[in-house]
Amino acid sequence: MSLVHNFPFFSILLCMVAGIFSSMLKKEAAKWVTLSVSLGVLVLSAFTLHLTLGLDDNYPFMMGHVPAPWGNEIRIGRLEALMATGVSAVLFLSLIAGFYHAPAFVSEQKTNLYCIMVDLALAAVLVLIYTNDLFTVYVFIEIMTIASCALVVVRQNGHTLVAITRYMIMHLFGSGLLLLGIAMLYGITGHLLMEPLGIAVRQLVLTGQYNGPLTVVIALITAGLAIKSAMFPFHGWAPDTYAFAPPLSSAILSGIISKAYIFVMIKFFYRVVGMELIISQQVHQFLFICGVAGMIIASVLAISQRDIRRMIAYSSVAQIGYVYMGLGMGNTAGVEAAVFQMLVHATVKSVLFLSTYELINVSGDRKRFRYLHGAGYRNVPAGIVFTFAAMSMVGIPFTGGFIVKLNLAISGMAFGGWVRALVLIALAMSTLLNAVYFLHTVVSIYRRPTQELVYPAVDPMPRYAAAAMLASLLLIVYLGVGSEPILQVIETGLKTFS
Amino acid sequence: MSKRRSDWQTRPQARIRKWFQQGFTALDDEIINQISQQTIQQPEVSQMMEAQREAMDTRRYERSLALERLERHELQAWVRTRGRKAIGRVYVALALAMAVLMIFFLLETVAHMPRFGDPNAPVTNEVTERYITRGVEETGAVNIVAGMILDYRAFDTLGESTVLFIAASAVLILLRIDRRKDGTPVQELIAAESDDRHYEPRADRILQGSVMVLTPIILLFGIYIILNGHLSPGGGFSGGAIISAGLILYLDAFGFDKAGRFFTYKTFAWVSFFSLSFYALAKAYSFYMGANGLPSGIPLGTPGAILSGGLIMPLNIAVGMVVSCTMYIFYALFRKGGL
Repeated sequence: MSLVHNFPFFSILLCMVAGIFSSMLKKEAAKWVTLSVSLGVLVLSAFTLHLTLGLDDNYPFMMGHVPAPWGNEIRIGRLEALMATGVSAVLFLSLIAGFYHAPAFVSEQKTNLYCIMVDLALAAVLVLIYTNDLFTVYVFIEIMTIASCALVVVRQNGHTLVAITRYMIMHLFGSGLLLLGIAMLYGITGHLLMEPLGIAVRQLVLTGQYNGPLTVVIALITAGLAIKSAMFPFHGWAPDTYAFAPPLSSAILSGIISKAYIFVMIKFFYRVVGMELIISQQVHQFLFICGVAGMIIASVLAISQRDIRRMIAYSSVAQIGYVYMGLGMGNTAGVEAAVFQMLVHATVKSVLFLSTYELINVSGDRKRFRYLHGAGYRNVPAGIVFTFAAMSMVGIPFTGGFIVKLNLAISGMAFGGWVRALVLIALAMSTLLNAVYFLHTVVSIYRRPTQELVYPAVDPMPRYAAAAMLASLLLIVYLGVGSEPILQVIETGLKTFS
Repeated sequence: MSKRRSDWQTRPQARIRKWFQQGFTALDDEIINQISQQTIQQPEVSQMMEAQREAMDTRRYERSLALERLERHELQAWVRTRGRKAIGRVYVALALAMAVLMIFFLLETVAHMPRFGDPNAPVTNEVTERYITRGVEETGAVNIVAGMILDYRAFDTLGESTVLFIAASAVLILLRIDRRKDGTPVQELIAAESDDRHYEPRADRILQGSVMVLTPIILLFGIYIILNGHLSPGGGFSGGAIISAGLILYLDAFGFDKAGRFFTYKTFAWVSFFSLSFYALAKAYSFYMGANGLPSGIPLGTPGAILSGGLIMPLNIAVGMVVSCTMYIFYALFRKGGL
């Protein structure tokens, strides 16, 4: 085992130790530590990705000195490494672009606590991506839930308190369902490690023993993770939370943290219960219907918003609908498209939230569309970045969103009958609706202000923040133009995933 | 003549409203319609001045607008008061039905699960067998549970202690009232402290007397449970909770001034920092050595002796310190937003 094999473990450890150390650091030092941790994780994950691209199969890594069914284990493949790289890159760019306006939302003595939350959220996301043990999943989902609550409530006003109360209730309910599911699954199989679980589940299906509890377990775990990742009918917590949290927190929450839950769900489907059982139990159809409904209804709700950040929050729910539609198709091509959508959405949504903050900031801190007129001229880089991100959301060619829609349509074509029709109609309608509200927004930020409003002068955005946003822009374009190698990694990664 | 809003009386909304208020029949409505239309057509248009017509039109328009506004206001008022109540009731009923359904399904599921303690249940497999048969030999801890959580599955426990740490930090974000930069207290802090003084009188001789006796015993018992974690039931989590109970009891009896002599915010920060970083780094060393197949060089000792079990006792101490400090700071934060 070479040193590079240890890198995923190092990246997890780095985040956790940095979180613990940040509690003793002063404001600026904690910020620098968090930034360098995300950069370090990016580098380590990139090395891991390079390593796994050379391996044929994924490899286990013992977390302890006792082998897997007894001790803890993480399992590293190219799909995991790709996700870790993507997530840490997005986090790094978001931190550069968003850290400078932290003082506007976070009181000075609490900045290091905020940094702890960012570090530990990244640690939890990494663990959820790499882990091979269902109980570890639960423990780190707990950490992630607390961290995301703190990321929101660090801005203390009435709105965030109400939003976070709703968030807490929904998420604790989701965690509870998940824990119940895991406990029952342990009760009927006697395992927590994913591979032996998979074997035991197949055995149960063959013998017909405990099939009722098994169905309930699948329902509980799927529902728990769906609630936590803002799948459409369970999205009630999302709009307020994303709209009133500090912009950097919104970027982290909707860009990175919601993806980790979906990744766990894919892992649960592939490694633990197997896609065949999911399809024979019709779980995928539930996800498919919810995904399609979310794509359309959340977009309609987004159109009716007058507050730009709430609009983007609803658009985030709609984009999660794409992921679930791909996942719900049940074929490999659909899941590939879903994973790619996770990467694209992580990149686009985080930069969308951050550039929106800049546009709001130059409009006198007002979030209604009519005050945003001309904001694209008052802050040129943010306007450009917002426009490109909106184009990706709509699915204009040469952006990541286009490739997602193309792949979803292609994988939908593999079916006959109503599934194909539904996929195509949903994609068409959702594209149209996305175009309606993003075009409206882009037009309104480039419109001449009709009212005689006085916009207070604000400090210009620092150069490095603009550079980070433009780097995210390049990433979006890269996902649209050079998507072939990434899709290949996802395809081969999914083959060895189970 | 512009026709805008000239039909304000015949609109469905207005007709429904009229029907509500006066109970018109459809026939009446028809008659009224005919009459009103006739009255509109009756005036000799050609003889009227253009300005008069305009004025009439505007008046009618304004009246219709006012009526519309009134209707909307009434509707909104209804939604705000009775509508919201009705929706709330439906919502509660649905939620209750959902909860009952869920309880039923889960009970039904549990009835089909393997019986607890059944020797043939799937839970008794090679995993638990190894914990029981080889646990003492491999971890050096007589208490198998301690061996499991702090040796076999130490990564999960590292996560669990981090949950405590992050929960404490989150509560600090939410409740800690910070002083100003120059160290002077803000108004909120002064109010919180006066509240605390008001609601927690502490010149209680009986309480103080019994606490003088009890606190040392509670603290000693907690320390005993932590140190014996690898030998008998207990460990860092339970012992830490007991120690924090003793500290909270002392705080309740003697107040923040006296408790502050040995436990301030700095104590909390340093203790949890040291114990957690010790835990993380010690376990990182152990994981790294184990995963790469290297000998860790940590002696396991003879099972049953106090100095045995390798890293388990130091880890128990670390967990115990984190737990006790976290619970104590929770209490202090919920009481007055700081130490």
